[in-house]
Amino acid sequence: MSDFSAPPAVSSPVRPGQIALRWLLFSLLGLFALFYLMPLFVMLTTSLKSLEEIRSGSLVALPREVTFEAWRTAWSEACTGIQCEGLRPYFWNSVLLAVPAVLISTFLGAANGYIIAQWNFRGANLIFSAMLFGCFIPFQVVLLPMARMLGLMGLAGTIPGLIFAHVIYGIGFTTLFFRNFYVTIPGDLVKAAKVDGAGFFRIFWSIFLPLSLPIIVVTVIWQFTQIWNDFLFGVSFSQAGTQPVTVALNNIVNSTTGVKEYNVDMAAAIIAGLPTLLVYVVAGKYFIRGLTAGSVKG
Amino acid sequence: MRAWLERQIPKMVLAPSFVAILIFVYGFIGWTAWISLTRSKLLPKYDLHGVIQYKRLFAAPRWDTAMDNLFLFGALFICISMVLGLLLAILLDQRIRVEGVLRTIYLYPMALSMIVTGTAWKWIMNPGLGIEAMVRGWGFENFTFNWVIDPDMAIYAVVIAGVWQASGFVMALFLAGLRSVDGEIIKAAQIDGIPGWRIYSAIILPSMAPIFLSAFIVLAHLAIKSFDLVVALTGGGPGYATDLPATYMYAMAFSRGDIGQAASSAMVMMGVVFAIVVPYLYSELRAKHV
Repeated sequence: MSDFSAPPAVSSPVRPGQIALRWLLFSLLGLFALFYLMPLFVMLTTSLKSLEEIRSGSLVALPREVTFEAWRTAWSEACTGIQCEGLRPYFWNSVLLAVPAVLISTFLGAANGYIIAQWNFRGANLIFSAMLFGCFIPFQVVLLPMARMLGLMGLAGTIPGLIFAHVIYGIGFTTLFFRNFYVTIPGDLVKAAKVDGAGFFRIFWSIFLPLSLPIIVVTVIWQFTQIWNDFLFGVSFSQAGTQPVTVALNNIVNSTTGVKEYNVDMAAAIIAGLPTLLVYVVAGKYFIRGLTAGSVKG
Repeated sequence: MRAWLERQIPKMVLAPSFVAILIFVYGFIGWTAWISLTRSKLLPKYDLHGVIQYKRLFAAPRWDTAMDNLFLFGALFICISMVLGLLLAILLDQRIRVEGVLRTIYLYPMALSMIVTGTAWKWIMNPGLGIEAMVRGWGFENFTFNWVIDPDMAIYAVVIAGVWQASGFVMALFLAGLRSVDGEIIKAAQIDGIPGWRIYSAIILPSMAPIFLSAFIVLAHLAIKSFDLVVALTGGGPGYATDLPATYMYAMAFSRGDIGQAASSAMVMMGVVFAIVVPYLYSELRAKHV
């Protein structure tokens, strides 16, 4: 399911009449590729132009004079409201928030998935269903009480508060991923290990975790993408100074003071998108697996 | 005693997550449901007052616009993404040598934050300097493309950006589905001389019904939760023209200080999600346990 290997041949071998069809196929595919690439291209070229060139030139023209000024401004000077420190502090907020949130939620998902798949006790499936259900709620329905709860816990407007929210609402998906992976491992393995005297934790550490590398990669990528790209929690549970990069980007773009610097906006957008884009380019296969695992395998 | 303890370990390890879900998902839904039945304004009040918040909600023109937008946006977003995704998957399935590269290109928007997507498209569709200015520069002086600032058209601008982001994902789902169809059946059909398009329409696509369903569920879910895209692209404007339930809820909760309205709108959103997801989850779970 998750791989695209072994295509069955649907089109028959090439005959002269089909060469035209082949050309049509390639031009269609090429046109669509342009459609998907165009925004990235426009973002990149706009970020490398000066404001005068943007005003005088065409949207899709290459920059006549390449300048990295907008990138420098976006990173360290652009205003997100009253502060003008650029995206840098918020980028680090996102890192500080995503790394622990991803690690904790992945670890909890692995433990939960291991228990639900391999230590089936009465009610385990009910618990799994309850967790699965939690994946599908629109977060708006927990936004108000979560804001109050974070306040009660003394975590309102802090990065640990955001980490907490991401971990809680990430458990459902991470548990789902690991449970679906561990279910395919024969139960005899646990039985045999138990006969040999291994306990719950030892079986987890020495047998299951070493087998889990692919699903760990899938889960880490999925969680990282979700958390890095999150805006709703970021804008609801943070305050000036603890905002993640997506919120800061939106503030830069929609701040109404001063001249609109489109090149800075575009540079900031690329900076904010770069980490997840990089992950996608490096580990695209696992990214797709996560996407399809969440939807197809249910 | 030791054996008993040993048997309790899995439950004890699972318990914290389970309790957290009970409180933070189910407890919180209950809290929001309760508040939606009170006269809470800036602060929560716990005296029940029936469905007055829902009455206010359904009487509010802004909520009306938000729901209309949701159905319009949702329908277009889902249909166009499905059609485009399926088309791309079928085109890619024709033994293309550069398939891997194309797949990467079609799918990368899904890795981006909706805020990034919204920012990019807001610039591209900027009337003064974006596509409109570009086409006018080519000599078409009367060309107009000002959807982002036109109250009647702005929601379609959101559809464009949404489709750009999600259609590659639908392509990946369908492509995986196409590849999982039994190759023997296809070979047999080819030997019988059945044309390619008939093989698709009569054999391959019908066998992919579950994938259509999952794609629909995921897209519907994305549409209902759409918040960031609208915030970044139009800010819900011009006026309230592109408000969605999610932006309405946020405005009530955090800028209007009307948490009764925020709670009731969130409950309606959950109702819409569950109307779509619950039958699906139910059938999935049944299929697995039977």
